[in-house]
Amino acid sequence: MKKVKADPKGVLTGAHYLDGDFAIAEGALAAGCRFFAGYPITPSTETAERFAERIPFVGGIFIQMEDEIASITALIGAAWGGRKVMTVTSGPGFSLMMENIGLACMMETPLVIANVQRGGPSTGLPTLVGQGDMMQVRWGSHGDYQIIALSPDSPQECFDLTIRAFNLSEIYRVPVFIMADECVGHMHEKVVIPPADQIEVVERKWYDGPKDKYLPYKPDKDLVPFMVKAGDGYRFHTTGLTHDERGYPVINAECQDWNVRHLSDKITKNADKIIKYEEDQIDKADVVVISYGITSRVAYRAVQLARKAGIKVGTLRLITVWPFPEKRIAELAKKVKAFVVPELNLGQIVHEVERCSAGQAPAVLVSHCGGWVHDPEDILKAIKEAAK
Amino acid sequence: MTKETERPEPKNPVEDFLRMDRIPHIWCSGCGIGVVVSSFTDALRKSSFDLNKLAIVSGIGCTGRVAGYIKLDSFHSTHGRPIPFATGLKLANPELKVVVFSGDGDIFGIGGNHFIHAARRNMDMVVICVNNFNYAMTGGQVAPTSPTDANLSTAPYGNFEHPFSLPYLADACGASYVARWTCLHIRRVTKSIQEALDKKGFSLIEVIAPCVTLYARRNRLGDGLNLLKYYYDNSVIQHGADTRTLDIGYQGKMIVGKFIDRERPTFLESMNTHMKKALGDKYVPYGEQP
Repeated sequence: MKKVKADPKGVLTGAHYLDGDFAIAEGALAAGCRFFAGYPITPSTETAERFAERIPFVGGIFIQMEDEIASITALIGAAWGGRKVMTVTSGPGFSLMMENIGLACMMETPLVIANVQRGGPSTGLPTLVGQGDMMQVRWGSHGDYQIIALSPDSPQECFDLTIRAFNLSEIYRVPVFIMADECVGHMHEKVVIPPADQIEVVERKWYDGPKDKYLPYKPDKDLVPFMVKAGDGYRFHTTGLTHDERGYPVINAECQDWNVRHLSDKITKNADKIIKYEEDQIDKADVVVISYGITSRVAYRAVQLARKAGIKVGTLRLITVWPFPEKRIAELAKKVKAFVVPELNLGQIVHEVERCSAGQAPAVLVSHCGGWVHDPEDILKAIKEAAK
Repeated sequence: MTKETERPEPKNPVEDFLRMDRIPHIWCSGCGIGVVVSSFTDALRKSSFDLNKLAIVSGIGCTGRVAGYIKLDSFHSTHGRPIPFATGLKLANPELKVVVFSGDGDIFGIGGNHFIHAARRNMDMVVICVNNFNYAMTGGQVAPTSPTDANLSTAPYGNFEHPFSLPYLADACGASYVARWTCLHIRRVTKSIQEALDKKGFSLIEVIAPCVTLYARRNRLGDGLNLLKYYYDNSVIQHGADTRTLDIGYQGKMIVGKFIDRERPTFLESMNTHMKKALGDKYVPYGEQP
């Protein structure tokens, strides 16, 4: 992995008052993103607007495509053209992107997609918050594959995690998702952008061996193949079909097994390096609240109240949502009475907690269909119940 | 027994342009796609293009398999999406010339929206569309190009819809170069591909090609030779013809030729010109050729 300092051209060093959407655009520019293809959709549009405003002074492309299908597909093309690329969307647009997210996974293409979640299904609540796409991001495209998804809880983290998303996408040659939500996306807070020489960005895993020996899908030691770009004289082939190390289609069960397991293994076997979470007062906790995004900030109020009432409650905030921190949840399940999982959906991540806990500790869902955040009292009630 | 004289293995002149380790191809005998591929490789042979700066993108379908056989940087994308894929590729690396090689169903059915916008933007790319009047890979279903009254597996009592006229659509959307040929016009197809490769902006070359296994069999039109005979008897070369007059009826007359060859600024040219005007020296130009 080759780490370099950020290109100062894209870095707006200083303390700013930004919303999460803008912070995502600034994170992308700081990370070296020079190609953005997108389609307007509330509540993510501000990221596209910010990028369109800034990129002429940095040098790069902003293109508003005809739809989200075109946007994601243009990203894949642009990544193979050598750029760091991103798009941003919300529920309906995210659904449209699903097929080509699969293509990006199959072609092992580094790219970043931010989903500023709103209430669904369908057109749902365009202007109001939801967290209903957490399973879709993991499973939405057909077939078996693995992706990486991060969840910011503040504009500052929108900036920081966008840089991390680009770095992870380059390290693992995989689409990385920033699963924000309308509240975090539209919340204005202080965002500190460090000087460029304090921002580490990961360069693409470029191949530099002999031209005639290049195999686009031959896994390296870390399971991730080397990449080249169009125009460099390798005359390589890549396809969405099941393929061998050469990138040539091979339509049989044996190659399918090799190819699909590879797509999965390169993430699952490196999961410990990808997973990040934030814990608080977890060691002696009877109850652990597991949350992510805006809900973690609402849950924090409930946790404060519960602690005042004498309940030993810890928190685990998911920063990486996928791959899921299975080992940590399994460990905690042995020690705690219960998990409380507030989500702005009717239960998505709670199922993962249940799976990892494997019956050792119940996972209590505090559901909310979206449109607004939880009342902390509802989470508090669940904590109190769980502590009994 | 006489000793065979040693001589070099005869080499097909197109071998340099094909992935010979993937030959034989999957196309049926009598299919027209290979003819268009030959014209394409012939155009590459005759052009002075740096082949390392030429990329090819296909979608899905019979013609969608072309990218897999051409020895360039080649991308086999999803159904209907080669144009946005090529858009990203071109804009990310403006020194590339990008060719989209795909079928009528891919480009004008599922991918129709992308076609009209890429033409409107005058995105610098060459679109070669092999039009065989049906969805062949899936077994001969009705397509947006199927002539009215033709019989297709999902129009078993005949097609009652009106097909797209591809050159008319391309013209209306602002393409810089538009031509239509049949598989019979191999030298003219080659010449059009050469011209389009040299042209900046959005080019469409439609090549009408026989689908012997499905379209022709279902409509009892005979074999490949019969279809070429039909092309021979019914295609009329009319360069510069009014694109409103280019509809193709079932087994009817086909007007072919070069219809549009005009200059319009490309997407990148428009972007750079406009931004320089709007932002002056603060603008960082993108992808301009030295």
